[in-house]
Amino acid sequence: MATKTAAKKAPARRSVSAKKPQWQESVYRMLRDAGISQFSYVPDAGHLHLIDRSLADPEVHSVALTTEEEGVALSAGAHLGGEKSVVLMQSSGVGNIINMLSLSEYCKFPLLILVSMRGDYGEGNPWQYAMGRGAQTVLEAMGVQVLTADDPEDAIQTVAAALTMVNQSGMQVAVLLTQRLLVAKSFA
Amino acid sequence: MAKKSTANAPRKTAAKPGMLGAGGRATGKESTGHMERRAACKVLVGNPDDFLFIGGIASAKDDALWLAGGDVPHVFPLGGVMGAACAMGLGLALAQPDKRVMVMTGDGELLMNSGTLATIGVLNPPNLSIIIIDNEHYGETGFQPSHTGRGVDIAKIAEGSGIQAVRTVIEESELEDAARVLRNSNGTSLVLLKCAATSPPKIPHSRNGNLQRTRFREGLGFKV
Repeated sequence: MATKTAAKKAPARRSVSAKKPQWQESVYRMLRDAGISQFSYVPDAGHLHLIDRSLADPEVHSVALTTEEEGVALSAGAHLGGEKSVVLMQSSGVGNIINMLSLSEYCKFPLLILVSMRGDYGEGNPWQYAMGRGAQTVLEAMGVQVLTADDPEDAIQTVAAALTMVNQSGMQVAVLLTQRLLVAKSFA
Repeated sequence: MAKKSTANAPRKTAAKPGMLGAGGRATGKESTGHMERRAACKVLVGNPDDFLFIGGIASAKDDALWLAGGDVPHVFPLGGVMGAACAMGLGLALAQPDKRVMVMTGDGELLMNSGTLATIGVLNPPNLSIIIIDNEHYGETGFQPSHTGRGVDIAKIAEGSGIQAVRTVIEESELEDAARVLRNSNGTSLVLLKCAATSPPKIPHSRNGNLQRTRFREGLGFKV
């Protein structure tokens, strides 16, 4: 039967950028050490390091999604099959997953989402502000507990807390990685 | 507006009385397929104990429950989250490479997230099989016509998404080959079952989502 490496049609290995962002690498190690083996995402600059690391890691399934909705359902399927997962998305993606969160809420699927924020601090693209303002509200409305990280040390501690909440308590948790942390994009 | 030509449209047949089973509702709606969905799925799936099932909203989940003999642990029936079935099956198939995963879902449910076929096509797990039960209608909401009765072909979407083992089944004689493909392909397989627009009876099942989740996992030997 398929092994993890066989099941994914080896994507061209991208080299992880020379300048290693330290806190992102710490977060990747924490996720892996916590047993997470399915990474899913709609490609996003804010999650570049985690996405590249998952693509280069033969021990994980790195799943590129066409919409963030799929990530929530994928995560539930992974849990049924005994694997732990994380869904990476931008704040705009939070808008896409609202109804899909019914699955996590009604069936109590553990769910870990890392959200790279746009439209919350120094944003230069006005299209991003609506979901920048709305992300936390809609996540909470759908039963997801929201944690926020503003600086690198905070990010590491917050992801550690989220992992405990999800893996031990079976909660649905989103960590918002703010633009203060990610460095605001001033271009449109 | 010019009316779309129907010269090349396939001949459609109405669902026959007697195809509904006890408790089914008559629909009187026409579709390209003429087979009764559950009888056809029974041939396509074979022994239901060979698969873990994800059943999509709405009637497809009842088809999966019916095939498996009722409300059993290895069927996860979705009563909501339209568009989730295939992605959920993918996550399960990746997590359980030594087990076969069968997603059974409808044409409308699939169309809500047809991009998932592209996500699946890229990874192509061989233990994932998908049956699209295509009656060309949104049965749950009053049998409004779906896109698939009006020129949209899910088999072509699947092929274009990189899924190579794809079959369209309209006649009984095509069932056996499709059943083989669902079990033996080297990558993910998808069968588009063109069936009659029937409304077979619902299958009673638990309304406790947390119980469905924990029961499914217990069945695979995991701590809840």
